[in-house]
Amino acid sequence: MADTDVSAAGPAQQAQAPERDEPEPRSLRAALRSAEIDSRLAGMLVALAIIWVVFQIITPGHTFLTPRNLWNLSVQSSVVAIMATGMVLIIVTRNIDLSVGAAMAAVGMAMAVVQHDWLPKWIGFDHPMTWIIVVVLGLVLGAALGAFQGAIVAYIGVPSFIVTLGGFLVWRGVAWWMASGQTIAPMDSNFRLLGGGADGTVGGTWSWILGVVACAGIVLLQFIKRRQRIRYGFRLRPMWAEITLGAVACGAVLVAIWFLNRYYLPSALVERRGEPAGTNISLGLAYPVLIAIGVGIVMTFIATRRRFGRYVYGIGGNPEAAALAGIKTKRTIVKTFALMGLLVGLAAAVQIARLNAAVSSLGTGMELNVIAATVIGGTSFTGGVGTIAGALLGAVIMQSLISGMVLMGIEAPLQDIVVGIVLVLAVTLDTLVRRRAVR
Amino acid sequence: MSQRTGAPLVELRDIRVAFGGVHAVAGVTVDLWPGEVVGLVGGNGAGKTTLIKTLSGAHPADSGTILIDGEPVSITSPRDAKALGVETIYQTLALADNVDASANVFFGRELTTRFGNLDDSAMEDATRKLMNRLNPKFQNFVAPVSSLSGGQRQSVAIARAVHFNARILIMDEPTAALGPAETNQVRDLIRQLQQEGLGIFLISHDIHDLFDLSDRISVMLQGRLVGTVNKEDVTVDEVLAMIILGKKPDEVTKKDLADLH
Repeated sequence: MADTDVSAAGPAQQAQAPERDEPEPRSLRAALRSAEIDSRLAGMLVALAIIWVVFQIITPGHTFLTPRNLWNLSVQSSVVAIMATGMVLIIVTRNIDLSVGAAMAAVGMAMAVVQHDWLPKWIGFDHPMTWIIVVVLGLVLGAALGAFQGAIVAYIGVPSFIVTLGGFLVWRGVAWWMASGQTIAPMDSNFRLLGGGADGTVGGTWSWILGVVACAGIVLLQFIKRRQRIRYGFRLRPMWAEITLGAVACGAVLVAIWFLNRYYLPSALVERRGEPAGTNISLGLAYPVLIAIGVGIVMTFIATRRRFGRYVYGIGGNPEAAALAGIKTKRTIVKTFALMGLLVGLAAAVQIARLNAAVSSLGTGMELNVIAATVIGGTSFTGGVGTIAGALLGAVIMQSLISGMVLMGIEAPLQDIVVGIVLVLAVTLDTLVRRRAVR
Repeated sequence: MSQRTGAPLVELRDIRVAFGGVHAVAGVTVDLWPGEVVGLVGGNGAGKTTLIKTLSGAHPADSGTILIDGEPVSITSPRDAKALGVETIYQTLALADNVDASANVFFGRELTTRFGNLDDSAMEDATRKLMNRLNPKFQNFVAPVSSLSGGQRQSVAIARAVHFNARILIMDEPTAALGPAETNQVRDLIRQLQQEGLGIFLISHDIHDLFDLSDRISVMLQGRLVGTVNKEDVTVDEVLAMIILGKKPDEVTKKDLADLH
């Protein structure tokens, strides 16, 4: 019976007619709303900008907003950012994963042992396939480990806090046991590129190409979305907002590329590459950064455009309703943990490549950084709320604070105090704003 | 109003559900014909909701048979029930509060593009058309449903139930949280759906609602069926006697009725 008499209903026809663009809004708030800008994300961008400007002013020698520092910042944020995107989905379903730091050590150690001890015996040292085999192994291992924990949470009903607290202890022990506590180094030379560093970058030209491709992607997405809305006669985002948004997004991408491309290869390395001394060779975007951005895009797609993502948010909003809607909630929970594990594997690869070594203390305390980044990024422990983009921004905000304080020569314990306060402050602010917004 | 030929649309036969040692439903048999509204009444803990959950798949029966169109069916999950055309509007509405109306309407049955991606525009469009029919005042299609009023939330829950060509509708206290205007809207909708040939199980505390909307009334007390009566054959007091005393109209004395007041 569903659609039978819809065509007869007058108002339906009316709603079909495309509405005009909204008139120019009067207040900033109205402007944001009609432009459909996520106000929380916008607020975080503003917070990040403030942090950057303040550090630029107060750091000795004003060294914060330099290509060198921001380039390092981008690489340092990557590992936490990669894992934070997975943590969003875990926390959205009202779970937690405390094991990601220890799991990173276990998976990282396994990847190191395989490329350092096993593969050279079978396919030779520095074989071009080594890095692929190792990365795939890390992803599979990470996903399996996550799925295992997730299955205990979902099917047996043990609280995720407990299961992953157990994992936190177990995986760290496994990491130690795999190499009897020894450091394993060095890594395969191709594999090492995953960690960034002087060679692990795409270079200046490719950075520009990627930047232009990203801009084209942004405009294309806007175009597709607008065409969809015209097709169904939905209210359109005002043209001024559409153009401003596209211009700002593309501008930000290109300015970032331009700025980072001004970080040049150190002169000693320039000569080693056979270039005349004094040549400026842009490092360009580092592989870990590209990996983190790629993960962010894929995870956003999964979270917003796929059924799985819809179910994750639905379960977080009302687990009972999800079950009554016929959703396989347990399987979905296992998938979130498996996905988290996969990302832990990827992050572990980047981390051991960056260190050019694996140690059993790899990623100690990392779980708390990941959770903090996720929460600063607007993911709520009450479930159902959180975005991938927010988590990425959260990781950058946290790393910015740490990086700025390092530049200022602030000692580590004091850094912890500041990060701790910022964490609680961010969530407090968010809670207050949300309380005002809803009813 | 309903056509009584062939097999009933639904027959719940000798349904039993126990929680621990407590018999929440102890051998209840009810049926429902196309185009019919059967009211289910009883005090708190009478077993109405538990009985209905065996049909909606939320809590399978321990024993008993469910027949749809005269054929025995197996319903062990909400998915099974939906596949058989059984839709339920729960008292709690069972909405995911953090997502918008169309995500709730299509929750678990999302429309996708040919690549398997969510087709949000198509879902929003369908939801808009549906809402134009059910509740034309409903306009807020982008906000999470937590920010909607009780009546609007109810509309979303109803939209979800009727969009997928339901044949059998279970409504658990559909008007309990609503104001007078919204209650009337739901009543109109029930009549409209009835005329379209749906069978409706209506659970309600409001005896006047029941008399207004039901064709037959089944009364439960302490997990058992007291009896099923045609609305035309009984008075409100007689139904009250069934609910409170567990006595059928022919067993009730004048004194019983007097004691009720």
